[in-house]
Amino acid sequence: MKRHAPPVLLLACFILFLSAGTPRTYVVGDQVANFSLLNIDGRMVSMHDYTESAKGLIVVFTCNHCPYAQLYEQRIIDLHNKYAQKGFPVIAINPNPADLYPDDSYEEMQKRAKEMRYPFAYLHDDNQTVYPQFGASRTPHVFILDDNFIVRYIGAIDDNPETPKAAKNRFVENAVNAMLRGERPDPEFTRAVGCTIKKKP
Amino acid sequence: MHPYRFFRFAVLLLPLLASCRLVAQQYVIYDSLPQLEERIRKAGKDVLVVNFWATWCPPCVEELPYFEELREHYATQNVQVVLVSLDFKSQLEKKFVPFLHKHQLKSEVILFADQDANTWIPRLSETWDGGVPATVVFQGNKTIFHQGKFENTAELEAFVRPLLKGVNTSVLSSKR
Repeated sequence: MKRHAPPVLLLACFILFLSAGTPRTYVVGDQVANFSLLNIDGRMVSMHDYTESAKGLIVVFTCNHCPYAQLYEQRIIDLHNKYAQKGFPVIAINPNPADLYPDDSYEEMQKRAKEMRYPFAYLHDDNQTVYPQFGASRTPHVFILDDNFIVRYIGAIDDNPETPKAAKNRFVENAVNAMLRGERPDPEFTRAVGCTIKKKP
Repeated sequence: MHPYRFFRFAVLLLPLLASCRLVAQQYVIYDSLPQLEERIRKAGKDVLVVNFWATWCPPCVEELPYFEELREHYATQNVQVVLVSLDFKSQLEKKFVPFLHKHQLKSEVILFADQDANTWIPRLSETWDGGVPATVVFQGNKTIFHQGKFENTAELEAFVRPLLKGVNTSVLSSKR
């Protein structure tokens, strides 16, 4: 008699088959793989460039064109100015390709960064290889990493996009402060409205 | 022209002019989640299609006509469409009102100004992380959620269809 594979095995195979199609994105606790992207100063910047100097990284997926990113622009600059010297610099990554959003082209990024005197690296993920690994879905979208490049916080900068002074919870500041005290951020995951990052067809 | 004839002409013309005049688009502002939840409750047993959009979001603006078409086709069949804008209150007169005036949307429009998205987003959908456009459909205690833009009215209709039990779904299909 011919034996059939047990249903559980079939189900397991099916689940494996399904999960193979959708690469898993980072969740809190995952170690981030190194990446290397073009900075606005013409140099390639990789995460490992920060190994010596930093206690962690505030990775912000942001861009020029999105009004929410614009609302948060000054707050992102302030975060870097406040925390870079404490060991948590900002790395900003624009995940939008120029052909979908002309305002987010490399040249426009350079222009904006110069105008606003960005104190941090502003990298272009023009080929969209990095943001999908992170699972960034909107701008702005923040990932805070520790000194081993392990994700410790994913989410919003604070809980009031329109009126910074009215924010009741400054999520990123609270998370970095907790990490500086050697504690885990709480919350470690928040949601926010933002511009959906569009995948190139 | 004789004054009387002109008067008669003017009287005939007035209602015509009045009907052509662009009517200011109606909208309400909700400052907090309970107001939106109350609106959802008010739908009762109807299918309530809630689309989250913003004037500053090009894919959102592109898909608005699909929601207008859906509303039009199902208007008599217990389907309600609500367009919830996440526009900024600070740009109400500059951006939002002129947009409504230009596009003359027929669906109900709400400007939702609750800033604390980390609290209200999971109350509406656990799977939504905050990117727009996004659409939530309610019917009784059933909820379905869609992140991102619909490509056309047919795709939107297909998404809503599982909650359209008892509603004549052939309206749109028969047109194609």
